[in-house]
Amino acid sequence: MRRKNEAPQPCIRPEQPGPALERVRERVRTCIQCGTCTGSCPNAFAMDATPRKLWRLVLMGQTREIFETRTFALCSDCYCCTLRCPRGLALTDAMADLKQIAAAEKHGGDPACTAFYRAFLRSARQYGRVQETRLMARYLAVMTPRRPLMPFRFSGLGLQMIKKGKISLRRPAGGRTLEGLFARIESRRNGQ
Amino acid sequence: MKYLYYPGCSLESTAREYDLATRAIMHALGAELIEIPDWTCCGATAAKAVDRRLALAMPAVSLSLAETVESAADVLVPCSACYLNLKQVHETAATAPRTLAEINEILAEESLHYSGKARPRHILDILSKDIGPTGILQQITHSLSGLRVAPYYGCQCLRPYRVFDDPEAPTSMDALLAAAGADLYPWSMAARCCGASHMTTNAEVSKELVFRILKSASGADAIATVCPMCQMNLEGYQGWISSRYGEDVRIPVYYLPQLLGLAMGLPARDLGLDAKSARTVAPSAQ
Repeated sequence: MRRKNEAPQPCIRPEQPGPALERVRERVRTCIQCGTCTGSCPNAFAMDATPRKLWRLVLMGQTREIFETRTFALCSDCYCCTLRCPRGLALTDAMADLKQIAAAEKHGGDPACTAFYRAFLRSARQYGRVQETRLMARYLAVMTPRRPLMPFRFSGLGLQMIKKGKISLRRPAGGRTLEGLFARIESRRNGQ
Repeated sequence: MKYLYYPGCSLESTAREYDLATRAIMHALGAELIEIPDWTCCGATAAKAVDRRLALAMPAVSLSLAETVESAADVLVPCSACYLNLKQVHETAATAPRTLAEINEILAEESLHYSGKARPRHILDILSKDIGPTGILQQITHSLSGLRVAPYYGCQCLRPYRVFDDPEAPTSMDALLAAAGADLYPWSMAARCCGASHMTTNAEVSKELVFRILKSASGADAIATVCPMCQMNLEGYQGWISSRYGEDVRIPVYYLPQLLGLAMGLPARDLGLDAKSARTVAPSAQ
């Protein structure tokens, strides 16, 4: 967000956003800034910019400010805003668009979410199905240097699950990998 | 009654008992489940946070595999996140033919094709519409009378698609639990978000959401859920959350089919209620 001593940006003429952000802007074009999304969002209390403010930033093409917020990264896909938006805007999908732009351009977003999604998809790609134990091991390996206490929060639950035979290091069942599918999508993305 | 069955990744490990209980009650209710051959991961919330094509192509693989089975078209899905992802592809097939064609082009190299015929349905949809409270009532041998249950629906089986219940004030699970004899615990948190994967990535957010839900359920004996993510979030961190907030919010959290199965007289072992794969909180912590 803008720092205190920084001059306010002129907000008469919106900036020209890149094509990816243009898609998001198209989604929220008819936003009337009523704030129903913010009032409906279970995670708004933890966000630095409210969802309503984020849509305004999108409409104004304030790219830098958008990706400095944690707002879109904290969306947990509950679809309350989408359901209640009086303009019928697909706001949860717009949040997902912003997550995708942050992931593709490797700026903004939340480092823990990024690490988790990456570990998740790596497992799905390799085995076809997610191997939850290996996913958590990979995720914690990335996160522990940043947040040394993080593994302790999961250790109790992890031990319970091992004791009950719910988690193991076995390969998931099913033999179909998603390696080819991921590779084809990657080559399409690069070909754009 | 025949259904295709998409268990999803969690039901093979951390939510094993949900798989057991689902299979057990559907069998007892006279429904045949045909597991989709070689199904793969739906992408959960990870794929849609990274790439829009991936978010559709991953669930489309399993739906196209479902269409190779000719004897059934409805796909029973117990996990709410899997359900929503599969449903999104199904909706795309109905409303966005160009996007569907693009996804099918990606699938074609593996000789897969999704036409839109295989229809994903959440387990709560099938239990409440196809079987119905009356169908459940006929099977009840051990009424849950005296057990105060708070029905917890979560988000993605209700929203954004309005399919079988009111997305803000759902009642489908209430009727099923009432048929099983349970006393319904009235509360306002039934369709509130548990924070999903934020319990892993941004626990300070999810912890607050889960605390509010658990605190609101404090007059109930148990919570009933229909999603592996909700179940783990609501039950797996109760000790930690209780100590963080200085308030005891511990309560058992069951899957709906476990409670229905108990009322139908099915053995605890078949419902994953035995020591091997039952509640994830230490008994001493209950």
